[in-house]
Amino acid sequence: MRVTQRTLRRTALFESHREAGAKLVSFAGWEMPIQYADGIRAEHLAVRRSAGIFDVSHMGEVELSGPGAEALLQHVYSNDVGRMAIGSAQYSVLCAEDGGVLDDLFTYRLGAERYLTITNAANHDADLAWLRSHAGDFHVEIADAQEDYAMIAVQGPVAREIVQSIADTPLPARMTAARDIVFGRDAIVCGTGYTGEDGVELLVDPQDAPALWEEIVRRGATPAGLAARDTLRLEACFHLYGNDLSADRGPIEAGLGWACKEDTGFIGADAVRAQREAGPQQRLVPFKLTGPGIPRPHNAVLGGGEVTSGTHSPCLGIGIGMAYLPAGRATVGEQFDIDVRGKTRTAVVAPKPLYDKETDG
Amino acid sequence: MADESYPDALLYHPEHDWASVEGDTATFGITWFAQEQLGEVVFFDPPEVGSTVTANEFYAEVESVKAVSEVVAPLSGEIVEVNIALADAPEAINADPYGGGWMVKVKLSDPRESDSLLKCADYQSTLA
Repeated sequence: MRVTQRTLRRTALFESHREAGAKLVSFAGWEMPIQYADGIRAEHLAVRRSAGIFDVSHMGEVELSGPGAEALLQHVYSNDVGRMAIGSAQYSVLCAEDGGVLDDLFTYRLGAERYLTITNAANHDADLAWLRSHAGDFHVEIADAQEDYAMIAVQGPVAREIVQSIADTPLPARMTAARDIVFGRDAIVCGTGYTGEDGVELLVDPQDAPALWEEIVRRGATPAGLAARDTLRLEACFHLYGNDLSADRGPIEAGLGWACKEDTGFIGADAVRAQREAGPQQRLVPFKLTGPGIPRPHNAVLGGGEVTSGTHSPCLGIGIGMAYLPAGRATVGEQFDIDVRGKTRTAVVAPKPLYDKETDG
Repeated sequence: MADESYPDALLYHPEHDWASVEGDTATFGITWFAQEQLGEVVFFDPPEVGSTVTANEFYAEVESVKAVSEVVAPLSGEIVEVNIALADAPEAINADPYGGGWMVKVKLSDPRESDSLLKCADYQSTLA
């Protein structure tokens, strides 16, 4: 067995992770907890049944402000930024001219002329450069806010209850965000997440992060690492940039047509419209294996297509994943075979989410 | 998960595999260190009985939630038995890496090969 590791950037919570017995790995340039002492399965199930807490401070933040902020975002983001009320959250993709996906992003409208976008860690610098390169005539200030925030996700059926118990005002509803005082610290509280469960994401001053983390853990949330974050998001069928999304594929084939409003004329809108009208060659589908084995990214689908995410589902105890299939086969119930390192494994296209919200929770 | 240990009676390969040699047959598995690095094992894909394995080459795959790892054969020979219990309970590799977590039994083609493996203390010194 061979193991390689290297050391990189650290979040404000690094010492908290080390003290909690985290296994630390490099991820998108950061040294992050992949799991804690009790293991991935326990963390995963804690989020499904109770509450988990994740350090997602590796994710980037970009603040956009000024009278032209909305117009710039409408120009570069796929969704209709003009429909965002103050305090709302919206999911978008960032497209190149050819419609390829450069990143997928959550944006919060914090004020009349103020927006905060969360970037994927590996794409943060490129996203920032992309926004700046298109800022030209728009009256907008673009600030790299990555160093200004630590980001903590608290997720699970009792996540809100835990955070509410230390918050000064009622927490924002799902898909909205608001400033609040949490455990005596200023925070932007967002009703969003990446697990399929209810919960919040907290953006706080990095200096405040360790005390806040400790208090939320003390109140019952289980520290959970990037490995559980990945198994949770995959059971919930959320896309991971770099796996399920890339510059080589458009949002329509990725199943993100709902987040694209071509009439806004965003960069790449013409290519996206053309793919929507013609229908893509392949479509991304969630699937379950019908027998043993674990599918992994880049496993080929026999007859055409490719697995982009694959893992072992802690809730179901079987291999699950997402794959691009020829569009004609991309229907629920369709069986297909995957070449898993030389062994043929049979899979079936499944509805979203892949876990059973009633019985696995 | 088991406590860290490296039994004196076993021989070790530097790629974190163990062999328990009895005459011309041996049992293989992975060490406590290997299973700890791997994390919770969720799938073991064994080789077929009757196939041959070569020392220092991969003979099986073991998967945790996050990663696939290939298991190195510490010695050469023919597979005479695989631990079929691992199909339903691969977590035995974590819970009992030297007992219930054994992977294969091999009829050795050259028992003298075992002279090249590490004794317990020498293997442990590679982990420091």
